Amino acid sequence: MLKFALKRVGLALLTLWVIITLTFLLMHNIPGNPFAQEGTMPKAVYENLQSYYNLDKPLLVQYGLYLQSLLQLDFGPSLKSSSISVNDYIKSGFPVSLHLGTQAMLIAITFGLIFGVIASLNRNKWPDYLSMVLAIIGISVPNFILATILINYFAVEWQLFPVATWKSWSHTVLPSIALAMMPMAYIARLMRSSMLEVLSQDYILTAKAKGLSRNKVILKHAIRNAMLPVVTVLGILIANLVTGSFIIESIFGIPGMGEMFVKGIFNRDYPVILGSTIFYSAILIFLILIVDLAYTWIDPRIKISGERK
Amino acid sequence: MKKKLARSLIFLLSIVFVLSGCFGGGTNNESTPEESTDPGEKTEETGPKILRLNNSSEPGSLHPGTAQGTHDSWILEHAFEGLTKKTPEGEIIPGMAKEWETSEDGLTWTFHLRDDIKWSNGDPVTAADFEYAWKYALNPESASTYAYQLYYLEGGQEFNEGKADEDQVGVTAEDDQTLVVKLAQPTPYFLDLTSFYTYYPISQKVQEENPKWYQEAESYVSNGAFKLTEWKHKESMKLEKNEHYYEQDKIKLDEVHFVIIDDENTAWQMYQAGELDLVYPLPQDVQGQLLANNDPEFVKGPDLAVYYFNFNNEVKPFNNPKVRKALSMAIDRQTIVEHVAQGGQIPAYSVVPPGIPDVSGDYQENTGNLFEENLDEAKKLLEEGLAEEGMDQLPNFTLTYNTSEGHKAIAEAVQEMWRKNLGVEMTLENVEFQVKLDREKAGDYTISRAGWVGDYVDPMTFIDLWVTDGPYNDANWSNPEYDKLVEVAKTTMDQEERMNAMHEAEKILMDEMPILPVYFYTKPFTVKPHVTGVYTPINSYPQFIYADIE
Repeated sequence: MLKFALKRVGLALLTLWVIITLTFLLMHNIPGNPFAQEGTMPKAVYENLQSYYNLDKPLLVQYGLYLQSLLQLDFGPSLKSSSISVNDYIKSGFPVSLHLGTQAMLIAITFGLIFGVIASLNRNKWPDYLSMVLAIIGISVPNFILATILINYFAVEWQLFPVATWKSWSHTVLPSIALAMMPMAYIARLMRSSMLEVLSQDYILTAKAKGLSRNKVILKHAIRNAMLPVVTVLGILIANLVTGSFIIESIFGIPGMGEMFVKGIFNRDYPVILGSTIFYSAILIFLILIVDLAYTWIDPRIKISGERK
Repeated sequence: MKKKLARSLIFLLSIVFVLSGCFGGGTNNESTPEESTDPGEKTEETGPKILRLNNSSEPGSLHPGTAQGTHDSWILEHAFEGLTKKTPEGEIIPGMAKEWETSEDGLTWTFHLRDDIKWSNGDPVTAADFEYAWKYALNPESASTYAYQLYYLEGGQEFNEGKADEDQVGVTAEDDQTLVVKLAQPTPYFLDLTSFYTYYPISQKVQEENPKWYQEAESYVSNGAFKLTEWKHKESMKLEKNEHYYEQDKIKLDEVHFVIIDDENTAWQMYQAGELDLVYPLPQDVQGQLLANNDPEFVKGPDLAVYYFNFNNEVKPFNNPKVRKALSMAIDRQTIVEHVAQGGQIPAYSVVPPGIPDVSGDYQENTGNLFEENLDEAKKLLEEGLAEEGMDQLPNFTLTYNTSEGHKAIAEAVQEMWRKNLGVEMTLENVEFQVKLDREKAGDYTISRAGWVGDYVDPMTFIDLWVTDGPYNDANWSNPEYDKLVEVAKTTMDQEERMNAMHEAEKILMDEMPILPVYFYTKPFTVKPHVTGVYTPINSYPQFIYADIE
């Protein structure tokens, strides 16, 4: 187990390094310049900016400097803001995105699983249709439309919640719902099909045959086995949710880190592009590792390779 | 079959209905305790006077020396004050300086500061603070984008280019209250510049003690009507009345709260829900609606900006003035403004926007329309122009714009007008803003969408753009006569001669049409009726320094 974990961590670091290098090279090769603006600026001003941010040095030197500061966990300055560094961006944005993402994830998992299970147990009956229509709406209605609808009714018309910003718990309700819809629908559909498959397995029949109660069969045998595919996608879903959604955060004026990913690219803000990519990759790699470990807990038949019996 | 369809439709609809009911119920319960604490408009009337605004992006820098752009300047203009300031009518009046005099050649300006001016930490504002601030912005190590705003100073550009010493820059504090400024050449609009934010002072003591003073509200020190007391990055900002400001009895507001909301629709919805008192910018369709309904809360503020298309004057047949003019005459600007842009913009038949004073009257009004839309004339010019270039029809070309719904709609309208009116086929291409700028600079485009916001209130801020090899001349156009007129206007202090030269130059520009003006921007915003005293100078966001809440 320990050996496996160590191996995976080593592999993760290697993956990260490849990601950093590729991002670094790609980023410097896309057209566009971080300091370009409408019209051009005087040459001296441009050169001062370039040298201030070390962008006038050869690419290899820049790469070396970047890795060096990265080793000290310093993601560098933002080229577009002299008040907040990339570290500040992550430090202030991630907790917010994490909070929002966790709430959304809880909603998504809870209701996703419930809808999925109910649908599968009532196959081709109205609860099934109801859940699946809901799921289709969740998947096909883009979350910015859902967000706008939520704001329009719950905040503007009925004034039950504030429209936007991030101040109190009531500010978090609408964005959490808007963010949760898609993964919820996704989980519900996945759970339903997975449940249907499991329910048709022989061991379910066996369990029923040996006289177990319906509830016990479903809870202990069916759901547990049917969860596996859901757990597989959870890693990616969680990584996406906790690192923030640009659209939802932008619509609700939430100071999370979602905007880093989009605005970094728009502005050609090199350190922000690298910082957000590295941070996201690290989280994703970490969560995939957790998911792998979780398999063994959910399904003891799965053994981690390299583990001695 | 039909029955079945109808039945399933009803089924679907009822599900949706039930669902929305479920949701409504669920969230209702959660929120009941919140209702009472929601937007507290009523309580504010008795408490401190608070104005609630939206700054649509986190300011990049709140240091006058390195700030650039409206998200920075909107805060700075209220937290700082320069040597001069402007009245709501646009007149330049004494600010930190109580009076000033100019030498005969217009090169030396001497400013005398007020006695009672203080920083928000109680320290006196001195002439040395101005000298220090200007040199700070010009210092190459500060990497200030707007350093070039100070190139008017003698030795300013050279210092910024690393070719001269700090001591050679033409600004000196003779004593605590006297600032002597030497200019590189006579600049008739220099006084206007002294109210611009790159010319604001910074406290030398504060900057030297803590070079990061401007990054957080706790260490922020300014000399204007308000002081920054809270800054939650990317979330909100709070300004409070500065008790050390010399004219504090004229300031009615106690606090100004900014939220930082990127999304125009959200900001508009917050305004509707009573969470904001003023909102700018507005979503495009909302602008159109408000304008059409004559909404009393809607204000069409003036703006110092022009929307235009660059012709690449080095690409055949757009090197031919007749071709360029034909295209310009064949679009219907009124339709674009009314039905596409929808913000009450003004169709442009010249390049300098209204709102800049001439020797007498308004510069743009005196200019009038320098060309007219005329389809027959356009067809004739196109034919002639093409013949001169040895072509019988316009080859398919591309119009490049930076990705935005608004620009796209305008580009499509223009495309359709040219197709219908001239039988011209063209393609549209959208690229990221940074890419568009790169390609314009490299001359890798045929026609591109552009906009220019004036840096200072003088026609020169626009006329200057198209001098031969000028850094902003993306059209790569060159006309010696034009250059000569610009030179005349730049070197004379005689206001009448200057204005005449610029009028002449603009005529040449519109006669040759290296760029195609579309409209003059406006600043449409909405403000709640209980807010008074907000005004919009032509070159900045709505100002609330003298605002009041009733």
